[in-house]
Amino acid sequence: MTAEHGQMTEYNFAYLDEQTKRMIRRAILKGLAIPGYQVPFASREMPMPYGWGTGGVQVSAATLTPEDRFKVIDQGADDTTNAVSIRKFFERTAGVETTEETAQATVIQTRHRIPEMPLTEDQILVYQVPIPEPLRFLEPRETETRKMHSLEEYGLMHVKLYEDIARHGAIATSYAYPVKVAGRYVMDPSPIPKFDNPKMEMAAIQLFGAGREQRIYALPPWTPVVSLDFEDYPFEPSKADHPCDLCGAEDSYLDEVILDDAGGRMFVCSDTDYCRSRREAGHAGRLSEEAA
Amino acid sequence: MAQTVHVHPLLQVRDVGKRYGARIGCADVSFDLYPGEVMGIVGESGSGKSTLLNCLAGHLEPDTGQVIFDTRAEGPIDTVTMSEPVRRMLGRTDWAFVHQHARDGLRMSVSAGGNIGERLMAVGERHYGHIRDSATDWLGRVEIAADRIDDRPTAFSGGMQQRLQIARNLVTGPRLVFMDEPTGGLDVSVQARLLDLLRGLVREMGLSAIIVTHDLAVVRLLADRLMVMKDGHVVESGLTDQVLDDPQHGYTQLLVSSVLQV
Repeated sequence: MTAEHGQMTEYNFAYLDEQTKRMIRRAILKGLAIPGYQVPFASREMPMPYGWGTGGVQVSAATLTPEDRFKVIDQGADDTTNAVSIRKFFERTAGVETTEETAQATVIQTRHRIPEMPLTEDQILVYQVPIPEPLRFLEPRETETRKMHSLEEYGLMHVKLYEDIARHGAIATSYAYPVKVAGRYVMDPSPIPKFDNPKMEMAAIQLFGAGREQRIYALPPWTPVVSLDFEDYPFEPSKADHPCDLCGAEDSYLDEVILDDAGGRMFVCSDTDYCRSRREAGHAGRLSEEAA
Repeated sequence: MAQTVHVHPLLQVRDVGKRYGARIGCADVSFDLYPGEVMGIVGESGSGKSTLLNCLAGHLEPDTGQVIFDTRAEGPIDTVTMSEPVRRMLGRTDWAFVHQHARDGLRMSVSAGGNIGERLMAVGERHYGHIRDSATDWLGRVEIAADRIDDRPTAFSGGMQQRLQIARNLVTGPRLVFMDEPTGGLDVSVQARLLDLLRGLVREMGLSAIIVTHDLAVVRLLADRLMVMKDGHVVESGLTDQVLDDPQHGYTQLLVSSVLQV
């Protein structure tokens, strides 16, 4: 399948062998059938360290076809180490087209963000997940957490939120904010900011891969996703209270960048593609000229 | 309890037995526990007290026998054969289990308020203010200052931890409490206060309780009835004062006479 890359004949298309892809696809299908359920799979050793997205890469490899256009983002950016190396990996092993434009991509692998631009039903979003078990830090025993999932015993998840309010006066969990999907399973949405939680009810298929923990889970399009909260402390998606200093966007999630040692700082969209496309459309922010 | 003949027993235990391979954990244990009654189980280490308690509380599966609990909704049901979700639901609503070591029964990394609130949240309470109020109320009832509500149990003394564990268990208003040596490992003055507290709560809430202990003073103060176990078998049972003041079985006589009279 990699005929156009003569030097790549030692690899199958998209690195993994077909039997492995078949196994991963079965896990994905099972995950889609039971939204939020963590399906165990035989995670393979990948040519990158655990924590760099081995789960997401395996899910992407099993999902990609030669016709796909692939995009990788890391914390919203297309140009960080993790994104660049995974994109290169699939350029070399699958020979698929890659892009930085959200709208052009058919498969998007992401770490820690959901793109600002709404995704369509023709797209697949693949998340890299470090720890798939939302109850892990409250209950260390895997046998017990599995039982809690199967019996829908989720009181403990609220204990974590209670602790937040007791200690900080508000729910201070700002990323990997637990959600309940399709009224059944409590799921870790991977470490996306809670600003992104409401976006998870979307047209695209969402797949979650945890390589080290050997789990795959999934959300079919438009699965109801509810962020857990208390009646008197409702869930609030939060972001820095600023417009983007480059493109002036007021609705996007922002990164804070320290500029000097005298308190200078700027806020910029964490979604680099969104920021670039807005600037190309003529939008400008407080620091546009200096930064350009 | 002779006058309550029309009341159904809360718990009926029939021929419960548990073996560990060839060894006997406990065997042929039968008794009835009526609402508001406190049953003491005494015996030396290894006599099968804890095995029996764990079988009754659903932590261990007995090999033989029935443990029939009078549920609120559906009347008497055998808890050994009931489905696991129902049994675990009972375990956090109508039942409570007080461990000997508070560390086994508490979440040490969660604040006192969170520990007390966990059961409430597990049965669906989703209002922070209400949970907080219940937690404050229960801290008061077990004599822990309200300003310790956000402290972790690691910052508490042994006696306070044990009282916190009791508050955490009683917050959902259970009807049956299992206690495994609740005063073990505490010094005598702390023991006395804890016993006072337990006696007050049991009377005030009309709790039924099964208390496993090797401390005869504990059962003298708390228990209405007493079972004496040896080598996995019940060797004597009856009203507490009767058994302690007029022991019939040789082992009970030995047990009673080996308590130091100060």
